[in-house]
Amino acid sequence: MLKIRNLTKVFNIGTINEQMVLSNLNLHIREGDFVTLIGGNGAGKSTLLNIIAGVYMPEEGEILLAGEDITKMPEYKRAAFLGRVFQDPLMGTAADMEIIENLAIANRRGKRRGLSWGVTREEKTKFQEALKILGLGLENRLNDKVGLLSGGQRQALALLMATIQRPKLLLLDEHTAALDPKTAVKVLELTQELVEKNRLTTLMVTHNMKDAIKYGNRLIMMNKGEIVYDVSGEEKKNLKVTDLLEKFGSFSDRMLLA
Amino acid sequence: MEGLLLSINSAVAQGVLWGIMTLGVYITYKILDYADLTVDGSFALGGAVSAILIMMGWDPLLSLLIAFLSGLVAGVVTGVLHTKLKIPAILSGILSMIALYSINLSIMGGKANIALLGMETVFTKAQALLPAGFDKAMVSLSIGVVFSLAIMGILYWFFGTEIGALIRATGNNENMARAMGGNTDRMKILGLLLSNGLVALSGALVAQSQGYADVGMGTGTIVMGLAAVIIGEVLFGTRINYFFRMTSVVTGSVIYRIIIAIILRMGLKSSNLKLFTAIIVAMALSIPEIKAKFIKPKINLEKAE
Repeated sequence: MLKIRNLTKVFNIGTINEQMVLSNLNLHIREGDFVTLIGGNGAGKSTLLNIIAGVYMPEEGEILLAGEDITKMPEYKRAAFLGRVFQDPLMGTAADMEIIENLAIANRRGKRRGLSWGVTREEKTKFQEALKILGLGLENRLNDKVGLLSGGQRQALALLMATIQRPKLLLLDEHTAALDPKTAVKVLELTQELVEKNRLTTLMVTHNMKDAIKYGNRLIMMNKGEIVYDVSGEEKKNLKVTDLLEKFGSFSDRMLLA
Repeated sequence: MEGLLLSINSAVAQGVLWGIMTLGVYITYKILDYADLTVDGSFALGGAVSAILIMMGWDPLLSLLIAFLSGLVAGVVTGVLHTKLKIPAILSGILSMIALYSINLSIMGGKANIALLGMETVFTKAQALLPAGFDKAMVSLSIGVVFSLAIMGILYWFFGTEIGALIRATGNNENMARAMGGNTDRMKILGLLLSNGLVALSGALVAQSQGYADVGMGTGTIVMGLAAVIIGEVLFGTRINYFFRMTSVVTGSVIYRIIIAIILRMGLKSSNLKLFTAIIVAMALSIPEIKAKFIKPKINLEKAE
């Protein structure tokens, strides 16, 4: 589904702060994979996600999504194929707009927008059904402004918005890091549910090694812009946090701080 | 007292005509979250275009349309400066505004003002059609109300459409709008274009109603627009239906004009008017900060639970 070849990203080229964030990175994610991505601060996880999403352009390399070269495609265009949820719950939703308006905008991801009405009647029922899955009672609050919701509710809504139009690839950038532990578990379970229900190909960055082991069928560890560990299947299922720590210890003790 | 009533009468009429400009400022400032200074130039642009066309013998109504179109162009220029050339928002507006000063002068043939003495305007035309009892202020008011109601209707429809919703999302959370496949650059340009079109239309109407266009007539437009938007918000709140929010913006413009008329009556020199307006807007904009610093909110325990 996603093929990344020889990807290199350098920040602040030509200055004293020049920094190679990704170096010659290769990655192939198969359709239906649920990949968890871990690594210490500065490993390049978020940069990788942002390059896939088109926020940054790489210096070298190419990105193919479902066979199509999207390396130079602007962010808003490739959004047609990508569902994204950000670390900051405020980033994925429009606070001053109603829940139903947010969903309607998400429902038009990758479609041509015209001068027909922004929310249709059929959509209203569709959204109500979809919101019921969240189990937060939001189906009865369609006309509430999103700004009235809690961080966890907003993140759950952002997740729904990212998947309401089935994306070819779902990108989750530490989307539970800003939530309290209890809410984080709920959002993660919801993530699992939505991914399974829609059979989504997913790339999830996390700082939590337990979560990285618990969720998904494949685990990737990054360090200094390179993939240093890649396990899947049975081997991943039997992983323990201590294994990961040991693995990571050979690269840096910083991971313990993360 | 009668003098005051008379000046309030014409203040209301002026307020509605300026209210169309306020709707434009509302689009950029409130919907796009973009303080657009182009309006100082595009307001005068509208006046200049309309006045020169009338002098050339064009139909005054048609001249309004051309003035509106000229405003659209001004908005696009600011939008391109900001989105494509990455010039900061405020500076893009200032650049357009400054450029427009020269452009407006050359549109008016190098003269600083054009008097429409004895020329036909939409107001003289309407006066001829309306019953004899309608004085000048009444005619201005009627035309202003017709225009602003029509514009509010169109804006209400437009911001409810798919594109309109995306413009609102862009102003609210650009990041989200882009992640949802929105071309946010295009949405900003679209908002700026629409806004400046309305501001130019308002400038054209004001020029026709006062009987002259002046190259300096747009000075302070953004501040007056903000004042009106804020007055409308303070009086009617923000939790009202979208259509009524727009009505409150135009009403804010009318109230602003009434306040000005009253303080001028009370003896404020008209040369101090802009200073007064700036103080009012500065005060209004700082209310949230002052409130937060000096007034402790009371916690409603019942509600908090």
